[in-house]
Parts: sequence; C-alpha cells; structure tokens
Amino acid sequence: MGVQILMPALSPTMTEGKLSRWLKNEGDEVKSGDVIAEIETDKATMEVEAVDEGRLTRILVPEGTEGVSVNSPIAELDGGGEVSQPTAPGSDGAAPTHPAPPAAGQPGRTGQVAKEAEDHAKVAEKGAAGRPEAAAQPKAPAQEPEKDWGPTRPITVREALRDAMAAEMRADKDVFLMGEEVAQYQGAYKISQGLLDEFGPRRVIDTPITEHGFTGMAVGAALTGLKPIVEFMTFNFAMQAIDQIVNSAAKTLYMSGGQMGCPIVFRGPNGAAARVAAQHSQCYASWYGHLPGLKVVAPWSAADAKGLLRAAIRDPNPVIVLENEILYGQTFECPTDEDFVLPIGKAKVEREGRDVTIVAFSIMVGLAMQAAEALAKEGIEAEVVNLRTIRPMDTETIARSVQKTNRLVTVEEGWPFAGIGAEVAMQIMETAFDHLDAPPVRVHGADVPMPYAANLEKLALPTLDHVVEAVKTVTYK
Amino acid sequence: MAQAADTTPKRRSRSGSPSGSPTGNPGKEPAMTRDQLQQAYRDMLLIRRFEEKAGQLYGMGLIGGFCHLYIGQEAVVVGMQACLQPGDQVITSYRDHGHMLATGMEARGVMAELTGREGGYSRGKGGSMHMFSREKGFYGGHGIVGAQVSLGTGLAFANWYRENRGVSLTYFGEGASNQGQVYESFNLAALMKLPVVYIIENNKYGMGTSVERASASHDLSKNGSPWGIPGMQVDGMDVTAVKAAGEVAVAHCREGNGPYLLEMKTYRYRGHSMSDPAKYRTREEVQKMRETHDCIETARKALLAQGVAEADLKKIDDEVKAIVAEAAEFAQTSPEPDPKELWTDVLVETR
Repeated sequence: MGVQILMPALSPTMTEGKLSRWLKNEGDEVKSGDVIAEIETDKATMEVEAVDEGRLTRILVPEGTEGVSVNSPIAELDGGGEVSQPTAPGSDGAAPTHPAPPAAGQPGRTGQVAKEAEDHAKVAEKGAAGRPEAAAQPKAPAQEPEKDWGPTRPITVREALRDAMAAEMRADKDVFLMGEEVAQYQGAYKISQGLLDEFGPRRVIDTPITEHGFTGMAVGAALTGLKPIVEFMTFNFAMQAIDQIVNSAAKTLYMSGGQMGCPIVFRGPNGAAARVAAQHSQCYASWYGHLPGLKVVAPWSAADAKGLLRAAIRDPNPVIVLENEILYGQTFECPTDEDFVLPIGKAKVEREGRDVTIVAFSIMVGLAMQAAEALAKEGIEAEVVNLRTIRPMDTETIARSVQKTNRLVTVEEGWPFAGIGAEVAMQIMETAFDHLDAPPVRVHGADVPMPYAANLEKLALPTLDHVVEAVKTVTYK
Repeated sequence: MAQAADTTPKRRSRSGSPSGSPTGNPGKEPAMTRDQLQQAYRDMLLIRRFEEKAGQLYGMGLIGGFCHLYIGQEAVVVGMQACLQPGDQVITSYRDHGHMLATGMEARGVMAELTGREGGYSRGKGGSMHMFSREKGFYGGHGIVGAQVSLGTGLAFANWYRENRGVSLTYFGEGASNQGQVYESFNLAALMKLPVVYIIENNKYGMGTSVERASASHDLSKNGSPWGIPGMQVDGMDVTAVKAAGEVAVAHCREGNGPYLLEMKTYRYRGHSMSDPAKYRTREEVQKMRETHDCIETARKALLAQGVAEADLKKIDDEVKAIVAEAAEFAQTSPEPDPKELWTDVLVETR
C-alpha cells in the first residue's frame, strides 16, 4: 500500500519546476513535516515537506531534473504503520491519475482543470455568455411617468436631507447616524440639526476624526444587519476610508455568495465648494460609479435629496449619496406627502426640448437649466436630463431623449478622463449611435487640481458659456 | 494542569461564588476539565489535519491563489472559542480556516470553497480568504490586513447598540497590529466601551519580517494601554492557558467594561502562504517549536497523564481523519459554480 509523492505546486502560477535536491535517500524513514526535497519554482527555491509518514522506498525523479510537471509522481513511500492519508484521495478515479512518466511535461488532469480555472480569458468568455440575464447592473425601474406626489412646499436641500433621515429613523430603529460633529455640534453643515434631541446619543453618534476606523466600524455593524448612515464631513475625507467602502462594504455580498449584505449609506458633500482649493474640491462620482456592488446617487433639488436619501436608507445595499455644499442652502419645491420617496436608478427630464439633450447631475443640473433658458432665447430648445442616480445609470431615459433630439451634451464638475460624461457618451454610442447627428460634447472641470485664487477657480469650473458653447457645437449653430 | 500558571491573571474572584466565575482563580481550578480538554484536543487536531490536507490539495493544483495555513496556531482559536456563547461573533483576516472550523463551520463547506466549488461556503466566489457564516457568528475571512479590526469593532458596536451582551472576538496578526486603523479602532472601542476582545496572534513573522523588525513596541499586549485597554500576554501554544485568559477577557467585555487585548504568543510552522520559501528563519527554530511547544502534543500528553486511554485518543484521530477525508472528497466532487453565478450576489435585488 505505497503512497506516491507528487510534484507539488508551490505557487499560484507554477506548472513545472526543477527538482534541485533530495534531502532524503531511498530507505529513509520520513515523518510528517520533514523536509524531503528542494524545488526551484518560477519564484524561489522551496522546501517540500512530507505530509504522510513512512519509508521512502523509491525516488522516481533524480535530483537536478528540470521541467518536472506539477502533479507527476516524484517518489514512493511505503505506508508505514499509521498512514491513512493517501496523497491521492478517494479511490473512484476522481483523484489525479499518473500515467505520464516523470518529467514528461504533461500535467495531470486535475492540474489541467486548475489551469483552466486560472485562465482568465476562459472565465471572461463564460461570463460574456451569461451576460443577457446579468444582475450585476440591475435594470432601471420600468419606464413610467413619475408618480404625482401632490402638494409641495418650498424647503432647502439641507432641510430635505434632515427630514429624510428623521423619517427613516422614526420608521426603523436599526437606522442610526454617525460621523464627525453630527450630534452635539448639530452637523458641520447643520444637516443633522435636531436629530440628537429627537433620537438621543445612541442613534446620533459623534465620532473622533478617524474616517478609516469609524467607517470600518459602521460597515461591521451593517454586516450584522444594522443600517448605519455615515456622514463624511466631505467626501474628500472618505479617501481615508475608501478601502472599507470598496473592499468591505461593496464586495462582501459577492464574496460571501450572497450571505452577508451591507445595508449602509455613506453621505456628505462632494465636489467643489468655494475657495477651499485642491484637497477639498474633488468630484468622486466616477470613483464610486466604477464599482459593482455599490449604488451611487447625486441629488440636485430638495425633492431629489429627500426622495433619494430615503430610498438609499431603505436599500439593502451600500449606497453613496453625493451631496453638494453649495446646494444645501438652496430652496426647491418638495412634495409634502409623508411617504414621498424616489426610485434609485431613474433619471428625470427636468425640462423638455427638441434640439439637444443636456445630461447633468447634482449642482450642474442647475447650470444646465440656466443654459437651457439662455438657449431658448436664441431659439434652441434644450432637453435637460437630471441623472439623479450615477449607478445604476438610467441609460434608457437618456437614450429616449437623444432619439428625439439627436444631439448630446454632458455637464459635470469633475475631471474629464474616465469621467461620468465619458460614460454617458459611450452608453449612448452603444444604444443610440444611429440617432446621433453630431459627436457628443463633454463640459467638465479643468483637468487640473482645483486652484485657490478666485479667478483661477472660476476658470477651472464649468460655466454657463461653456454649456451654451457646447450646445452650439453639437447643433452646428 | 498548572500550565496556565504564568499567564493567567493573579486577580481572584471577589464574588464569593463557590463555583467560580469565569474570572475565578485558575490557580486552584484547572481552566479546562478533562472533557473540555479532550474536546479541545479533537478540535485542534481537526484543524491540523484539515490544513495538512489543504496543503496537499494545493500541491495538486486543486486549490489556487493564496492559501495561508494555520498549522501550529490551533490552540488560539480553540481556546478562545471555548469562552463564547451563542450570538457572540468572530472575525479575522486571511489565515482563517482554523477560525471557521473552531466556530463549528463544516469542514466540507470550507474545503469546497478552497477548491472553488459550488458546495463551498461562498459558492466558490470567495476562496480561502473570504468565507462567512452568519449562523455560526463568523464574519470573515478578510483579505486586507487590518481591515477586520475596524469591522470587528463594528460587530461589537452592534452588540452595544442592541444591548444584547454579545462579545466580538477580533483576531489579527502582530503584523497588522502596526496598522493605523487598529489604533483608530482601539480609541473608538475604549471611548464607547465596546465589547470587543482584540486578539493579536503573534506568530513572530508578518510574512517574512520578524516582529522585532516591524514593531517598536516590545510588549504588544500593552499596545492598548494609552486608551486604558487592559492587556495580557498568553502562551498561545497552550490551549488551557488560552482558555483561562479568554475567560477573563470575555467576561470583562460582557460585563460592559469595554475592550480587552490579548497577545497570543504563537507560531506558524508553515510559510506565510504556500509560495513562501520561509528563508527568514532557520529550520531549527521551526523544529524546536514543533518538538517542544506543539499545542496538540501538549494536550495529548496532558490527557494521557489525566488517565485518558490511548485507544480513546486513537478514536478521536480516526474520527478527525474521516471528517477531513470526506471534506476532501466533497471538495473535489462538488461541481464548479454555474457560469450564471458570475452575475449573482453583486447587489441585493430589492424588487
């Protein structure tokens, strides 16, 4: 009842190696853990430890042999007294077979299977085949007219965000808010005003200035089923915590085979404020939009803010809510209905027009609306699409608009390279290329870190003129 | 056994309870009864045999990527697990097979995940470093060094929020103990008095860098002292010592006193991962540990000294071998995940 010792794979990429030295001779007793040989892999010289015990009866591959295939037998061990772990598990043929002579360069069948599994091209091929019913990019809700929520009243975006959190916290005791200055200080930007009084210190929690630590803590709490709202004083500081957002919050559901979801909201101001320079003025829409496993929303109006934040808190997935500091104080009409909520993944046509589609999100929707006003005076009717959600993007609404206008302009504050405008344009090329009468044009922030000087800052951000100019370019006016 | 003597706390129970609270006086009472030690022996042996088999399957190309074996450190998880109650949580980094088996996760499901099969705990989508079981309180299995420390603090936060008296065991290596977020977590846990036992598994090497070359702190059990987190150094190669220390730490947390830090002095016999030639330490160093401090040998000798028959231990050996053989068989016969699995579990679908 001899046991064959096989040439082991000692790294993820190893398919063969050199058997450089035998440290045991034929006839030697071998104990579990003894080093029996040295092997040179593609990376290093490794020691081979015995797993089984017994007497080394035969060495099949002499030392110095190069190109020994992984899984080919290199020696034989006689069973010894207590061997019960044959190297080849099972006896029904599921185990690797070794018909090949040593060093024949033919890996065993199992080696082949493993190799195929590592062949990324094959995996990708399988994936592409499975794409039609793909759930990775959830379908946007069916196209239907936006529900009429009835009477409205004017409120600020700030109030809308606070009301959204308060409503969801009243409805669900698992929802809580944490972040820097959210409780006693009432919020660095006064978004959480009054929440500490209503919900107490267990549910409105001041944290130290340690984004990495408290974000990880919130994600850990979410893995148990709690529903944290993490406020970042600005998304610039969330870079300290981005590993926890990306690797822990966004990927755990997948890595756990669907067992462990992460119902969490990360929210705070995103993009440029005013005169705070490079480290405090960056748009993260394309960073977070890049990731499967996350949803990303970017509200413009008070209704957007309230409806999308409520949806985000209720969503069982991690959701990034990109707010804008300058919008906090702006007032918009917002439905008063207590159940008011907006669907994630659905864009809104803010203004109808027939000549050009302007796609924007967050504060740039306001700019696009102003541009549309100005263009109307010149006889150009622009349709403005407010994305509302970055991911999953409502390509259908944009495409339907482009099918009508045949022209596309995107507007964002962020940088152009691999930005949201680039994504929108590509999606339209994939879905509505034949409807385009002109190449799409992107309006975006200058491709530089945000400068401090007032005049330079102004030059770095999209303006009304940029948008008007872009529309004239695509309409050949 | 008196093995726990040098590592267990000197403080005596003041409760006057004759049966001895978990914080009782281990000087008089053994930290483990004979039955408990026998169970621990079985659990440690299961991890050892499982890991040896995993190493073997890796060598055959059936397990891919990274594979970090726990051989040598078994006493740490087995001793700590013996201190827990249902509802408590466990989280660790990527050297996680032992933790999973200790929490009671099935060997076959873990092994099938290692081979990337449908029968694995994550249906083949997580691999060696990413497995979870809500049922057993195991929250992973995390691949980023140190990230699990903040996450484990969050598990404790959830217990605090729910006021359920649960305790989170948060394991990390001495390498991870230098990470910034570990100290952010210490601060948060101490500030909020969160029920988390931080367990540093000091196996002396963070990959190839010895602790002396990586950390200016020479007593890692004191790393929480600026925040007032009590700490203890423990002989992590002795399961009774681990259990004794664990009882103190877990009781401290359960009573609402905030976090506790245990530094387990332990040792891994194998390389950092399968592809580590381990040239940074001598063969003799490893051999000496195996021969003089092996946790399973120590438990075995203690059991024999307490009158357990060889035959009973052989029965345990056979039972463990059968479990591992069955797990290996399952891990090779369970099919690969359906290609459709590529697209599932990215998001929880709401509608």
